[in-house]
Amino acid sequence: MSAAPAYSEDKGGSAGPGEPEYGHDPASGGIFSSDYKRHDDLKEMLDTNKDSLKLEAMKRIVAMIARGKNASDLFPAVVKNVACKNIEVKKLVYVYLVRYAEEQQDLALLSISTFQRGLKDPNQLIRASALRVLSSIRVPIIVPIMMLAIKEAASDMSPYVRKTAAHAIPKLYSLDSDQKDQLIEVIEKLLADKTTLVAGSVVMAFEEVCPERIDLIHKNYRKLCNLLIDVEEWGQVVIISMLTRYARTQFLSPTQNESLLEENPEKAFYGSEEDEAKGPGSEEAAATTLPARKPYVMDPDHRLLLRNTKPLLQSRSAAVVMAVAQLYFHLAPKAEVGVIAKALVRLLRSHSEVQYVVLQNVATMSIKRRGMFEPYLKSFYIRSTDPTQIKVLKLEVLTNLANETNIPTVLREFQTYIRSMDKDFVAATIQAIGRCATNIGRVRDTCLNGLVQLLSNRDELVVAESVVVIKKLLQMQPAQHGEIIKHLAKLTDNIQVPMARASILWLIGEYCEHVPRIAPDVLRKMAKSFTAEEDIVKLQVINLAAKLYLTNSKQTKLLTQYVLSLAKYDQNYDIRDRARFTRQLIVPSEQGGALSRHAKKLFLAPKPAPVLESSFKDRDHFQLGSLSHLLNAKATGYQELPDWPEEAPDPSVRNVEVPEWTKCSSREKRKEKEKPFYSDSEGESGPTESADSDPESESESDSKSSSASGSGESSSESDNEDQDEDEEKGRSSESEQSEEEGKKRQMKKRKKVPEGQGGGSSSDEGSDSSSSSSESEMTPETEEEQVEPASWRKKAPPSSKSAPAAKEISLLDLEDFTPPSIQPVSPPAAVSTSLAADLEGLTLTDSPLAPSLLSPVSGVRKQELLHRVAGEGLAVDYTFSRQPFAGDPHMVSVHIHFSNSSDTPIKGLHVGTPKLPAGISIQEFPEIESLAPGESATAVMGINFCDSTQAANFQLCTQTRQFYVSIQPPVGELMAPVFMSENEFKKEQGLQGGR
Amino acid sequence: MIHSLFLINSSGDIFLEKHWKSVVSRSVCDYFFEAQERATEAENVPPVIPTPHHYLLSVYRHKIFFVAVIQTEVPPLFVIEFLHRVVDTFQDYFGVCSEPVIKDNVVVVYEVLEEMLDNGFPLATESNILKELIKPPTILRTVVNTITGSTNVGDQLPTGQLSVVPWRRTGVKYTNNEAYFDVIEEIDAIIDKSGSTITAEIQGVIDACVKLTGMPDLTLSFMNPRLLDDVSFHPCVRFKRWESERILSFIPPDGNFRLLSYHVSAQNLVAIPVYVKHSISFRDSSSLGRFEITVGPKQTMGKTVEGVTVASQMPRGVLNMSLTPSQGTHAFDPVTKMLSWDVGKINPQKLPSLKGTMSLQAGASKPDENPTINLQFKIQQLAISGLKVNRLDMYGEKYKPFKGIKYMTKAGKFQVRT
Repeated sequence: MSAAPAYSEDKGGSAGPGEPEYGHDPASGGIFSSDYKRHDDLKEMLDTNKDSLKLEAMKRIVAMIARGKNASDLFPAVVKNVACKNIEVKKLVYVYLVRYAEEQQDLALLSISTFQRGLKDPNQLIRASALRVLSSIRVPIIVPIMMLAIKEAASDMSPYVRKTAAHAIPKLYSLDSDQKDQLIEVIEKLLADKTTLVAGSVVMAFEEVCPERIDLIHKNYRKLCNLLIDVEEWGQVVIISMLTRYARTQFLSPTQNESLLEENPEKAFYGSEEDEAKGPGSEEAAATTLPARKPYVMDPDHRLLLRNTKPLLQSRSAAVVMAVAQLYFHLAPKAEVGVIAKALVRLLRSHSEVQYVVLQNVATMSIKRRGMFEPYLKSFYIRSTDPTQIKVLKLEVLTNLANETNIPTVLREFQTYIRSMDKDFVAATIQAIGRCATNIGRVRDTCLNGLVQLLSNRDELVVAESVVVIKKLLQMQPAQHGEIIKHLAKLTDNIQVPMARASILWLIGEYCEHVPRIAPDVLRKMAKSFTAEEDIVKLQVINLAAKLYLTNSKQTKLLTQYVLSLAKYDQNYDIRDRARFTRQLIVPSEQGGALSRHAKKLFLAPKPAPVLESSFKDRDHFQLGSLSHLLNAKATGYQELPDWPEEAPDPSVRNVEVPEWTKCSSREKRKEKEKPFYSDSEGESGPTESADSDPESESESDSKSSSASGSGESSSESDNEDQDEDEEKGRSSESEQSEEEGKKRQMKKRKKVPEGQGGGSSSDEGSDSSSSSSESEMTPETEEEQVEPASWRKKAPPSSKSAPAAKEISLLDLEDFTPPSIQPVSPPAAVSTSLAADLEGLTLTDSPLAPSLLSPVSGVRKQELLHRVAGEGLAVDYTFSRQPFAGDPHMVSVHIHFSNSSDTPIKGLHVGTPKLPAGISIQEFPEIESLAPGESATAVMGINFCDSTQAANFQLCTQTRQFYVSIQPPVGELMAPVFMSENEFKKEQGLQGGR
Repeated sequence: MIHSLFLINSSGDIFLEKHWKSVVSRSVCDYFFEAQERATEAENVPPVIPTPHHYLLSVYRHKIFFVAVIQTEVPPLFVIEFLHRVVDTFQDYFGVCSEPVIKDNVVVVYEVLEEMLDNGFPLATESNILKELIKPPTILRTVVNTITGSTNVGDQLPTGQLSVVPWRRTGVKYTNNEAYFDVIEEIDAIIDKSGSTITAEIQGVIDACVKLTGMPDLTLSFMNPRLLDDVSFHPCVRFKRWESERILSFIPPDGNFRLLSYHVSAQNLVAIPVYVKHSISFRDSSSLGRFEITVGPKQTMGKTVEGVTVASQMPRGVLNMSLTPSQGTHAFDPVTKMLSWDVGKINPQKLPSLKGTMSLQAGASKPDENPTINLQFKIQQLAISGLKVNRLDMYGEKYKPFKGIKYMTKAGKFQVRT
């Protein structure tokens, strides 16, 4: 330990106490020698009263820590400076303390009083950092002091200090888990905090300390949902994943009876209809109908969560997007999950690590919800520059997405992958082809042929992988493929990859009847090379020998015995065991006769074809986006995602008490209480709970004088919701529903008049609904069957020619939502005629009504669809008339003006085969037979833009020509008519303030 | 959450470690080295490596592995996103993020890391806030500090931390108030052998450099916002306003930031500005192959295509290439088999081409794979999607800022299969 060499490598050491080296760079130089005396100079520097020297010393010490060098012997010298005035020195001392306090507990105690003083400092930054360090030095003795400090800080004025307190909670908990109860009290207090700064941190503390105490969340649930968008990104992730678990315990599954989702609002409506028809007497009947059936209604709180998380899909943080995606995947009704696909696909542009995680999750999702990612198929195409692990994952997704329609493109894509230079990837591609072939019967032969061609590939790995896959495919239909097996048999001479050899041998053995002449020859060759083979190959040789012995013992008896003798002395005991076992089984001997009689059955039993499955198949029982999901193994501290409850727990636990309202009736109280939480867009959603299935609200609606007003309320509410949803695009189904409802309500009002004439059917209805409560359980359904078809028919008359088409289109659109029972399956003839009569009346009243409510705004802008020059004299303009399209409520009606400026008549104007993006549909206008020169005509067509602003492209055909045209809707023109009273309108308007 | 962080360079040295909870021995990185060895290439190291007691999550950037050690369940993207944010912060602080720079500024790095995480949970990650807590090192400041003894560390809580706009620091003052926006679009495309587009999409970003005094409230509107199919925003953008009016309304952070990134989907027709004609053939018998590629402009809207580079990974069988470019310089690395050709500008009158022969391994059969060609190019003053900024307005402050907008189109992952 001579000082000289140390000095020479140590620049910093040369800086004596008196001569500070200001420009010195703390990271360079060799001060990190093992010689502890080296630190003397540092100690001296720390002991001076010059801040600059102290700072210099601390910087060098921190540099040592950063490099992982031991600096613990400086502890006494450093800890003295904890009260230093210079803030940077102080910070660095904190860094040091946190690193070494655990090792030098006694000395660390010296610093505690400084922190305690710091906790009282008027500067919030100092208070917070004092708490941070105090809670970070892991010294068990100070637990009571920490506890006290945390409690105090939890009620600090400054939210920043409160945030620090929240961070300190898990630290204390990991130091001493006995403090749990006290800490939970603090968590409870902080959970009630209304600042966004604290929310994320306290939920983090909650997750680490008491994730099982879900009851603490109830009162804060709505607040957390509403704060969410303003919380910083990291907090958002934590809160969203906690709320996912919470929702799984508190709400009912939206998917369990998807069909009922649609049914319910109608039911409420029918209930009220009965009331109107039969007067006050029927109220009880209606009331009893509802609880008896308990249909699924999404809890408004559940809806609140979905709605408030959705904008976060637009977050710049991949973690937040993923968190929202998993929330939607686990919580949203099937029809709404689709929105996350686009955001997830966007993440594929990000860093490769992000891609890796996202693709793993997409792979799992794509198994369950293939349709969701199908439109983005091309985004998963593989580039030669992708890292192999990404390529393999993309391949997995592509395979999951392959179906009857897109398989040709997918296979063509796979073909290019096979010629890649990355052999691991090629092997994975071959596997993928195999999976496509098993899943999609249509392409099995094509795939098989392709794979057989690969057998002549020069790369052995490729050949081997193909053999393995071919083996699996052949097992599905061995009879037709004798040729392929022969071809494979020839390959045994060349292929060296053990797995491939084993596969070939197995195939030959299994189907030796198809290749009776080759099989013994293969066995002969294998017997020759037996000793040099790999273990799996040896096992298959024994297998082959046994099978041949059983089917063709004349030729192979000696060979088999030779192989078995070789195996008997093999080094591997598995092979020895197998040989012994096989010999006993197939070679008849005195004792083993009983079994050997069944040998043929044992060896040559038909074997089920293997199922080629994705390795991501069963991963969805882990919460998506979690580490456990990624590893497909439970990570420490993973919180299982609970199953949906059978019965919804009481939703009223989430209501927050406001003392001054206690005197009011329960209903009013509830409304008022909820106000603050729904302040932004849903001031009125309180009443939805009346449509809820919980007993409390049921009884409330019971006590009302007329449940008709109840239904009015609930439907107006759903209109509100409708409005909200309109903001979020791609949610047409929901708005459809309420729109339907609106129409029906209209219909209902007028229904009274024709009822008298309705004759038998309507009295049928009456008797039906007035029957006993046990029967009335059935009523809604039967009613639906009667009225549903009518509601379709109602739309029919206006566009007489295209009626059937319109019907079909709308039915298709509704497919996801409408339960099959609602579809108009041959309704009783009498009913339909009478209703048709009703409806005729309706359509008459409908037409004058609509324009008065929704008169087209004057000066609607004409847009050009086809210029007169391009159209060879045919000029076409279109306007959005802003009237409901008669054929289908989801469609926007577009007025098309044709004018012929050429000098010949234009004949047979009609819409040719439209080429439409997914979701968009067109209701064509009736063909215009002829348009004389100089004349113009107008036609109305309906387009369902599916709430997107994508253009609808279609062809405009005349007898002689075709023009490609497209209509792109401005956002403002995508409207759905909604009826509302003036008050309702004002209320809605008041809510549109934005943020 | 995040227990520790190790920074590892490409030669496998751990050159920085930081622990937020109890110390985790650096021997835990052995598992990482093992995985690294197995992966052969840096980019193939799995981002998540389970070990008996810990999980290692890593990102690889600027030839440095950032390895986070965690012990319990945590969303992997949370950690990965954070690590990337750390890299971005370093870049923001020091201009570049490299091993020597981190080593030179180890104290600042340590202080920054200390502020970014508390007990493993992110505390302050906004660069505006961090810069107030710990000032980035500049030459001037280092000189001043050594003379006056003042420090790099702020002693007040950054006001942004508590306000509703945590991304912006207060008390910003500039003599020249300026706001610049760069609309940069990247085309990702796969072109097949015959020249037809298999998939093409546009990924765009709007990067902003805003140096405005006070608390300006900006609105940016587009001529054709409907082009934007999928967008993600900096947290400062008011989402509701976008939803209802398609207007970007925001109080910007001070300095450089990414305002928006967007996606123009494959469904809209993407104009491909260049084409590549290629003929690459290996003959079975001889040990020579022919190689010829030509690059030309296609739909460039009258703008010049510049900064063109062509790169291609040749098959292993290729020993060497003797090529003559009509312009630019080319290089072939016989070890990695990487061919690169720096073309420069494309002159439509005289298309750049690269012609010549390849010598193949004698006796070996011809390679059965064809190389893919990766293309890079730049087009100034053009956003290929047709996106146009309409206007930028400022509210809340009196002065008139200087505004500027720049468009640029670049190749993203642009591949031509042969």
